[in-house]
Amino acid sequence: MSSRRSRQQSSSSRISDDQIIELVSKLRQLVPEIRHRRSDKVSASKVLQETCNYIRSLHREVDDLSERLSQLLVTIDADSPEANIIRSLINQ
Amino acid sequence: MASSMISNTTIPPPTSDRSHRIKRKKKAQSKAQQAQEQQQRLQSHAKWRSQAQQQIYSSKLHQALSRVNLSGGPRRGKAVREAADRVLATAAKGRTRWSRAILTNRLRLKFRKQKRNHNQQKAVGPARSKKARFGVLRLKGKTLPAVQRKVKVLGRLVPGCRKEPLPVILEEAIDYIPALEMQVRAMAALADLLFGSSSSTVAGSSDGSGLPPPI
Repeated sequence: MSSRRSRQQSSSSRISDDQIIELVSKLRQLVPEIRHRRSDKVSASKVLQETCNYIRSLHREVDDLSERLSQLLVTIDADSPEANIIRSLINQ
Repeated sequence: MASSMISNTTIPPPTSDRSHRIKRKKKAQSKAQQAQEQQQRLQSHAKWRSQAQQQIYSSKLHQALSRVNLSGGPRRGKAVREAADRVLATAAKGRTRWSRAILTNRLRLKFRKQKRNHNQQKAVGPARSKKARFGVLRLKGKTLPAVQRKVKVLGRLVPGCRKEPLPVILEEAIDYIPALEMQVRAMAALADLLFGSSSSTVAGSSDGSGLPPPI
């Protein structure tokens, strides 16, 4: 099982070495922390690290916003005129 | 009409011949679809950045949130988060692994929850053995080179990519990040809208600027 997996990994990475470099550079442009650095200054390992950090921070933001939204939704009566205005603003 | 509906609901017994044919058909399709999917993928990166997409997401999110049960107390935030992720995955139209994973994960969690409720006592045993196994895996992880370890971490952060090879993880992350950014923008805008209206109901028109106050 483990031997098969490692073989699979090595073969797939051998086939698409160039592709992986391309993908990593695409990824680099998506992460604000390393987007504007020169590409030769950023190792693949650094790109992976910063990508992980960035996704984590986005997840945290979504969590915080979820918490905030849930609190706001409780305070607003769904049938109030304010709620209607929001509905029309969002659904325009 | 009625008879066709009935025949639709009954599951035909799977004959080996039939499933074989379907498999072959799928293989042939997948080759032709790959190029198309690649094209869609490229479009979807741009798609997540478009104003229209965010607008659609906001309205779908708002609809979904109106259906969320907010009586759950501390679990409210989690319920909102689940709804927000589900809507995001639906917006991805199932073209990416991460979106399919979000949608199927939910089903699995539901199923697991039901099961746990069914026999809470029994659940203690397997949970412990799982913990022990995790410890072994962690030890193994220390021997992995740094890059591979980071790939593993990234695979765990992108839904549905835990066991995927590196190129798949990278491609999915490239689509997932702009989608997450869009989700954050839309949720923040919605929170501002709601905050504006809730504060106006409490304190009347505050400063008349119409802008949400800074957080």
